[in-house]
Amino acid sequence: MRAGTKAAVRDFAPSPRVDAVMAAERAASFTKRSIKTKSKMAGLKLALSMLDLTTLEGKDSPEKVRALCAKAVNPGAGQTDLPPDLPSVGAVCVYPNLVKHCRESLESMGALGRVKIASVATGFPSGQYPLEIRLDDTRRAIHDGADEIDMVINRGAFLAGRYDEVADEIRSVKRTCLEEGVKATRHDGGGKGRPISLKVILETGELETLDNVRFASDIAIRAMDEAIAEFGGHAEHVDSHGNNGTAELNGSAPRHLDTSAPRYLSSFDFIKTSTGKVTPAATMPVTLVMLEAVRDWYLETGKLVGVKPAGGIRTAKQSLHYLVMVKETLGALPGVNELHPGGWLTPELWRFGASALANDILRQISWLHSGKYRANYDVTEA
Amino acid sequence: MSIIDKSDEKAIRSSTARAAKDSPPGWDYSPAPETSKVTIKPSYGLFIDGKFAEPKGAKRFATINPSTEATLSEVVQATPADVNRAVAAARAALPKWAGLPASERAKFIFRIARRIQERGRELAIIETLDSGKPIKESRDVDIPLVAAHFFYNAGWADKLGFVFQGQTSGASSKSKTGKGSLPEIAPGVRPVGVCGQVIPWNFPLLMAAWKIAPALACGNTVVLKPAETTPLTALVLAEIFEEVGLPPGVVNIVTGDGVTGRAIVEHPDVDKIAFTGSTEVGKIIAKSVANPRPDGKFKRLTLELGGKSPHIIFEDAAIDQAVEGIISGIYFNQGEVCCAGSRLFVQESVLDTVIKKLEIRLASLRTGDPMDKNTDVGAVNSKEQLSRIEHYLKLGQTEGAQLRMPGYSGEVSPDNTGSRHGLPSKGYWCRPCFFTGVQPSHTIAREEIFGPVLSVLSFRTPEEAVSRANNTPYGLAAGIWTEKGSKMLSIAKQIKSGVVWCNTYNKFDPASPFGGFKESGFGREGGVQGLKAYVEV
Repeated sequence: MRAGTKAAVRDFAPSPRVDAVMAAERAASFTKRSIKTKSKMAGLKLALSMLDLTTLEGKDSPEKVRALCAKAVNPGAGQTDLPPDLPSVGAVCVYPNLVKHCRESLESMGALGRVKIASVATGFPSGQYPLEIRLDDTRRAIHDGADEIDMVINRGAFLAGRYDEVADEIRSVKRTCLEEGVKATRHDGGGKGRPISLKVILETGELETLDNVRFASDIAIRAMDEAIAEFGGHAEHVDSHGNNGTAELNGSAPRHLDTSAPRYLSSFDFIKTSTGKVTPAATMPVTLVMLEAVRDWYLETGKLVGVKPAGGIRTAKQSLHYLVMVKETLGALPGVNELHPGGWLTPELWRFGASALANDILRQISWLHSGKYRANYDVTEA
Repeated sequence: MSIIDKSDEKAIRSSTARAAKDSPPGWDYSPAPETSKVTIKPSYGLFIDGKFAEPKGAKRFATINPSTEATLSEVVQATPADVNRAVAAARAALPKWAGLPASERAKFIFRIARRIQERGRELAIIETLDSGKPIKESRDVDIPLVAAHFFYNAGWADKLGFVFQGQTSGASSKSKTGKGSLPEIAPGVRPVGVCGQVIPWNFPLLMAAWKIAPALACGNTVVLKPAETTPLTALVLAEIFEEVGLPPGVVNIVTGDGVTGRAIVEHPDVDKIAFTGSTEVGKIIAKSVANPRPDGKFKRLTLELGGKSPHIIFEDAAIDQAVEGIISGIYFNQGEVCCAGSRLFVQESVLDTVIKKLEIRLASLRTGDPMDKNTDVGAVNSKEQLSRIEHYLKLGQTEGAQLRMPGYSGEVSPDNTGSRHGLPSKGYWCRPCFFTGVQPSHTIAREEIFGPVLSVLSFRTPEEAVSRANNTPYGLAAGIWTEKGSKMLSIAKQIKSGVVWCNTYNKFDPASPFGGFKESGFGREGGVQGLKAYVEV
């Protein structure tokens, strides 16, 4: 029985159970890998390209967001001792009120669409608002220019056992993303229809057990997929040439790089660990369980869903541990490279939600590149 | 507001494209060899009576690195006469060693443990060079456990009176301390005497620790023979004995093959034999000690022999973690583990899922240079062992099972094409693999392969799981995976094996006794129970 359907009763529709001791042991094994020289440099650049450079504070200002965007587009600007070929980060991640400033800033640098704009929405971080308000939050963020919506699930409903309610809300938000995405202006000015990724934040620190993490992951993955299927049934969409057409959803996975796919499907959805406002935030065992959920979904359906650990990943070394985990958990899946080259080791399917991580990565890269460690004050603030 | 100008922007664009092209899908680990230098002497003598010495006219043999076939060093083939000297030294050292205050004896063992930690990296490297096991395992498992065994047993030395409640009265105690009788190490508790210990090549130094540490804690003296193919770390341990000032003769280390081993086992002045190795040799030893010594005493004997341990996955298990358990159960140390979970029983309803996940997981295992820190599966210990494994790979297919070797996409023909695929031409290699479609009557489901080869079988009901699991001449270890506690306990009670791991596998701790039922041997090593073999109460 599928989680999230009306009759879902947990005792009869359990997600796979997780043994916490062995999961922790497996997660710890990834930290034992020795990543040196070329592979370290490649890994650090990769991690940099996967960053969601984040600021989520009450005191955030348009100026701070502009600084963040500049750093996002060119992380090494203003610094010597760095190799010339550093990538931009994956996205900037801000509160909805600041999305329009991101848009302006990225546009002025010609980076709109390349560095994505992610916005937390749906009453972030608690989600303790009426659904209509949360959906409106989502609409406004997309209207202002967001490419990615980071929503929070209703943990109260989940912990109370009202799983349908959790799934319904995720479906509603995903539907809103699809509807607004079809209407939204493309960043390249080529008409309407902007792919909107949804990232479902499980807030695993509040779910507490790995069994809950797995179950919530499965609910989120299925709910997003159901929303896409429902939407595809009747909605018009805009294809890559700006023409109206009909969605084709014959079980094929969303293809990010396939321009013939419906625009609103041409970016992947994510499950995400944490808001960063609750301790513990992302941990390796929690992320491992989410990777396993994503892997099992792929094995079952052939569809790809991304994963974003957020909060608590501060050091370059940690980011490499996570990449090792991704590689060894999802790296050997048959057929993935044909669907999306590089699989989960790309910014389209993997992100780090972090603020302090960028500069630690830059310091490590500078050390590898020039043999010198930079002081904290040498790397630029965002 | 433009923060960067157009030319910068162009550079960033192209660099981003380049980075994206360079990294995935090819992100892989660069070689990460352990580079610390260690000194291995070109040759080693025998360690007898506290001194390294090479007997006159000694025959030598080479010990090689199984991943390169290069000679590491040469060691002496000890003759029965050498064993005589070693036993005599152990006998001579016995009264004084047993008569030391227990806390003094403990100090020596603690010192050994600390010195092992201090020389841990060196020991790990030499262990890996000599045995072929990955440096990751010798560094993180073997050597830390070696130190832990010495620490643990050192702690018992002055507390044996709490474990063995010997009966004692003033009169009897006095009479027993007469001539020819060993001193008491606790009230009513005495050492067994001279212990002859013969150990295998799969965990060379760890097996030495399992044997030596409890023997010393209980006031015994030792003659130990490391395996023919892996003598080096035991010889470094002898150096450590010298460094810590262990009294001469308390531990003697003689190298050699089966002839040396037999000389120890059959020696008339040895009081106890401890053997870890194959069931075949264990039976020969048991026969040998069935006859009393010339003085009418029987030798004591403990045997830790082979296994074909069942690993049972129920449908209500945490499957992803169970797969990790399967991996550590059979591919740890190239499967050269007596308690390896080599017979996998999967409940029918999850069989396909488990096989699929096992296949995916297996493809991420890294087989190769044991000295690379990222290697998961190293080299097979010897040419002889490799041909034994390849014999079973062939036999399994002949008997009708399907061999699966993830990571190798070519044909796996009956002549084992594939089992060395992608691995160096020098050295002894076998890719980790498993058989499906195995029937309980197949040889690969009954005999110990001692390699990275798993036999996958299925079952339908818990009762069938138990009866199939117990359908073996062995009884060393077992694993059970279920999220249901009551089922776990009930099944564990019904499995006839010395160890039952629940929701984990291959976990070792000095405080936990280890040993077998049936043809897996008798006697326990580790824990309080492990001390029992080394005392007379």
